[in-house]
Amino acid sequence: MRRVVVTGIGICAPNGIGLAAFERSLFKGISGIQHFQELEELNFSCQVAGKPNIEDINLNEYFDKVQLKGLNSSGVVYGTIAGLDAWKNAGLEPQLQEPDWDSGIIFGTGILGVDKFREAIYKVDSGNVRRLGSTSVVQTMASGISAYLGGIIGLGNWATTNSSACTTGTEAVLMGYDRIASGKAERMLVGSCSDSGPYVWGGFDAMRILPTKFNDQPEKASRPMSASASGFVPGSGAGALVLESLESALARNAPIYAEVLGGDVNSGGQRQGGSMTAANPVAVQHCIRKALENVKITAKDVDAINGHLTATTKDPDEITNWSSAMGRSGNDFPFINSFKGHFGHCLAASGSIECVGTVLQLKSGKLFGTMNCDDIHPKILEQVDPSKIVNSSMDYSPKIIAKASFGFGDVNCCVIFKQFKKII
Amino acid sequence: MENFERLKEIVAQYLPDDVDADKIQLDSNFTQELNINSANLVDIVLDVEDAFNIQLENDDMDGMQTVSDALKIIENKVG
Repeated sequence: MRRVVVTGIGICAPNGIGLAAFERSLFKGISGIQHFQELEELNFSCQVAGKPNIEDINLNEYFDKVQLKGLNSSGVVYGTIAGLDAWKNAGLEPQLQEPDWDSGIIFGTGILGVDKFREAIYKVDSGNVRRLGSTSVVQTMASGISAYLGGIIGLGNWATTNSSACTTGTEAVLMGYDRIASGKAERMLVGSCSDSGPYVWGGFDAMRILPTKFNDQPEKASRPMSASASGFVPGSGAGALVLESLESALARNAPIYAEVLGGDVNSGGQRQGGSMTAANPVAVQHCIRKALENVKITAKDVDAINGHLTATTKDPDEITNWSSAMGRSGNDFPFINSFKGHFGHCLAASGSIECVGTVLQLKSGKLFGTMNCDDIHPKILEQVDPSKIVNSSMDYSPKIIAKASFGFGDVNCCVIFKQFKKII
Repeated sequence: MENFERLKEIVAQYLPDDVDADKIQLDSNFTQELNINSANLVDIVLDVEDAFNIQLENDDMDGMQTVSDALKIIENKVG
């Protein structure tokens, strides 16, 4: 198996677009969660959410004028910003003539172009299907985001979209890793995006799993690992990573942010306590153990964990799964944090946005503090020493970070990132 | 010529970034000379319908290869 490194990252997150803004927000604890009047008017119980602020972004730098006409798919916009920024960040250019047969894309999403689809539904229902225009399909097909990015850059290797609910982004990283490690590609643009808005978030509001008591203090609403956590704050956005074979990266003298050692993906089969919406704890632990085994490290080697930790009452159960899978607890538990306090749960985009944050931690030699978890849940304190819960940013150079995401449908993914030190 | 100018304005919005609006002539072929993506012909038709307050049928679209084809169809409909 070949070694795989991260040579570019791009981000379009509720708390920052572009690496500098995003890293600063993560480090300083700047929230990307706001109150939305629209949600209040629509009688949402949870009226706070995370949405990237693209108002100041010049979209002409990302799309040509024909693509911008009638563009009404926020996921495509976020994904294209993050994806093209990552490509550029890796020192790579779009292909002008022949596609790059050695570069591909795996860019996931949960549902794409919801607002565009709404436009189409109104037209179809009024007997006006002939007036949909030419881009209803490409803006709403799940693989639309890979198609936009792949076409703009000229990617000629595997171009596809994965979908596994909130596991999507982390899963895309692992899929891209496999493609390169097995020698079938040199570079893979991986990541995920998630649309904004009431039509995406409404279903979760209806499930009564979002916080309802923080509508007047949005920045306090998302409380991972906290005793007062009462549900996840819905978010949106996109994260992207350029994965590359170590040979290719060294040959073109590319910046190397971190190494991807690999990981594991599995499903709990909705058995043993797992369901459509709850994780089978045996499967989660199996996934974490298998990830360590696949990359040939031991649980002791893990310096830090970036959890899924969505800020529901289930966070203590996730801690139990990490602790049991790794055989580590109390003061021996690795450092653990969650970025969801900053920008909520960005659903299909959460994994990739958080993988970008994880890579930034490795690059900067810092762990970013989890927001709103000063009142650590007592069930977590029964298992882990409070000093291991990173609730304010700290200087610490982790060598290995385990990143996991878990999703509806009882699916799990754990990816192991390693600090990269160039041998001179 | 007024209709041609209005049509030109519509067509210009669908030109690739590297094709200048001055290239739009009466005998320009939409896809082969102006390099317009064939999928966007549908959007041109919809914009024409809005601008001239007419409705184009599927058959009209099939015969619409060049700018002058489009102009003839428009002028027939506008009457």
